[in-house]
Amino acid sequence: MAETQLTPRHIPDRLEGRGARLLKSWESLLFVVACLIFLGNSLASPYFLDPWNLSDATFNFTEKAMIAFAMALVIISGEIDLSVASVIALASTAMGYAVQLGFDTPALVAIGLSVGLICGAINGLLITGLGLPSIVVTIGTMSLFRGLSFIILGDQAFTGYPDSFSWFGQGYVWWVFSFEFTLFVMLAVVYGVVLHKTNFGRAVYAIGNNQTAALFSGIRVGRIKFILFLLTGLMAGLASICLTSRLGSTRPSIALGWELEVVTMVVLGGVNILGGSGTIPGVVLAALIMGMVTFGFGLLNVPGIVMSIFIGLLLISVIALPILWRRARRRLAH
Amino acid sequence: MMAKFLKNRELLLVGAIGVLLALITWRFPPFVAPANLARVYNDTSILIILALGQMAVILTRCIDLSMAANLALSGMVAAMLNAASPGLPIPLVILAAVALGTVLGMINGALVWKLDIPPIVVTLGTLTIYRGLIFLLSDGKWINAHQMSDAFKALPRDALLGFPVLSWLSLVMIALVFLLMSRTALGRAFYAVGGNPHAAVYTGIDVGRTRFSAYCLSGALAGLSGYLWVSRYAVAYVDIAAGFELDIIAACVIGGISIAGGIGTVAGAVLGALFLGVIKNALPVINISPFAQMAISGTVIIIAVAVNARAERRKGRVILRKAEAV
Repeated sequence: MAETQLTPRHIPDRLEGRGARLLKSWESLLFVVACLIFLGNSLASPYFLDPWNLSDATFNFTEKAMIAFAMALVIISGEIDLSVASVIALASTAMGYAVQLGFDTPALVAIGLSVGLICGAINGLLITGLGLPSIVVTIGTMSLFRGLSFIILGDQAFTGYPDSFSWFGQGYVWWVFSFEFTLFVMLAVVYGVVLHKTNFGRAVYAIGNNQTAALFSGIRVGRIKFILFLLTGLMAGLASICLTSRLGSTRPSIALGWELEVVTMVVLGGVNILGGSGTIPGVVLAALIMGMVTFGFGLLNVPGIVMSIFIGLLLISVIALPILWRRARRRLAH
Repeated sequence: MMAKFLKNRELLLVGAIGVLLALITWRFPPFVAPANLARVYNDTSILIILALGQMAVILTRCIDLSMAANLALSGMVAAMLNAASPGLPIPLVILAAVALGTVLGMINGALVWKLDIPPIVVTLGTLTIYRGLIFLLSDGKWINAHQMSDAFKALPRDALLGFPVLSWLSLVMIALVFLLMSRTALGRAFYAVGGNPHAAVYTGIDVGRTRFSAYCLSGALAGLSGYLWVSRYAVAYVDIAAGFELDIIAACVIGGISIAGGIGTVAGAVLGALFLGVIKNALPVINISPFAQMAISGTVIIIAVAVNARAERRKGRVILRKAEAV
């Protein structure tokens, strides 16, 4: 994070100068990894290829991926949002509280989304309004939002969600495709178009590459960053609705530690943590990989925490491999 | 005079802690009894030790998110060593924990140094790997008090001149890190690398090696804290100190250590940790639910950053002031 603000920006040679060719090779690397894991999974367990199983597997990543799309934009712009998991908890707590007061599904959805938006706005105001570093602000709001859930809930849990509410986390839209997965696909398209086809998306890259230059070229840096934090908040609210609906209950420890998983997903997807580069298709592939790894290990009865070793190694090696590869090639050229 | 006071972050923090203590005393006078303050300090000792390591890393413009996982892994190994051979002298166990912590820190440092992977990515990765390794090692089982030898559990609690060894150890660490920062070339290099890496290169400082050393230091301190944690609480399991990495960073941030590198003092790190420690210990006694603790420390972090931000802003030739502000 520190690098983004102070060093004369070192050009991420992975992406720039060599253009889209290398960018594509990054995603094809991810694609190959995804295919290998898919193959490995289907060889490892005869139950893997069942369509219902595969559909179930999507729940391992859809909620995190929704946030990862918005997070990708935030990270490309050179900032970070570590408060997303706490926003999930706070939104879920607010919805649970509303249930106790007798609110029905439409109101719950509205409450979940608005809590997300409000939290995003608080982050955005602190970061763009006061010019504070986002990594520290969102560590603070992360404790704050999660703490508010703890104050409201204590060691209790909210349950008793209306039946119609469970559709968001458990409903199917078309044959085996769950509502969550459909939402994931739609959001992937929307974010892909916004980031790669609009002026807004170009502005996000410009800010990440050189904030000062972006401002001089007429980009409203503050406003765009504010919108990006609103988006991560909104997506966390949306994820909260899906997750709460799927679990059917709210605890203050809901989604604990998700912020790091979301960041991992984004970085694994090829988004430069220092800002300025990355793509939505990369994030989609990373989400699929992480989801399939979790599911595959689950089928093999490997505990979730062992999977985290694999995700950690994957994260480091996927970042390290292109660097080593480039270095080896340079050595050969000499 | 006032402006000068406001600019000195350490004095500001001392003032803030003073105000905090005054407020607590108003509601619950026994809190400031010397014995209780000593207990609060003892409670905060581990956080202080960890904050010292994190400070060195942050000074060089890096970050170590894996410290709590490192603590948990080193602590688990120390506990397992003790459970497997209770006769092993405790200094050897501590040495093993510190050595393991250092090795884990070296892994972080080497990845940052040799492969140029951004520190946040490296330590995010090793954070999950180290936690996973604890599970593999322990098979997910807890090591409980009755499996640990008495000497293992007693050391941090043993009194020395009226204070527990844990408190003394943290004081020794503060002194050592202070000497390292103020009296050695390496300490100066930490500041130089964080202040301006390019200038540091021209003065003959190896930026990568300096960062590597910072990670070794944070790893060693995490390893030491690992032993202290499991022996003090007399339990070791996969999730100990989960999420603690953010407390450590928070202590540094409150202590005025700039997340952008190059700015910060040992006193700041210690005071930042103490500030969190006082809050944590005071909440129950003044009848604020412990559930409010996270919300309060979050608010404190935000306020601390907002106060520090003004002093932190870089000077330089700024044509359009707004550009640097956003």
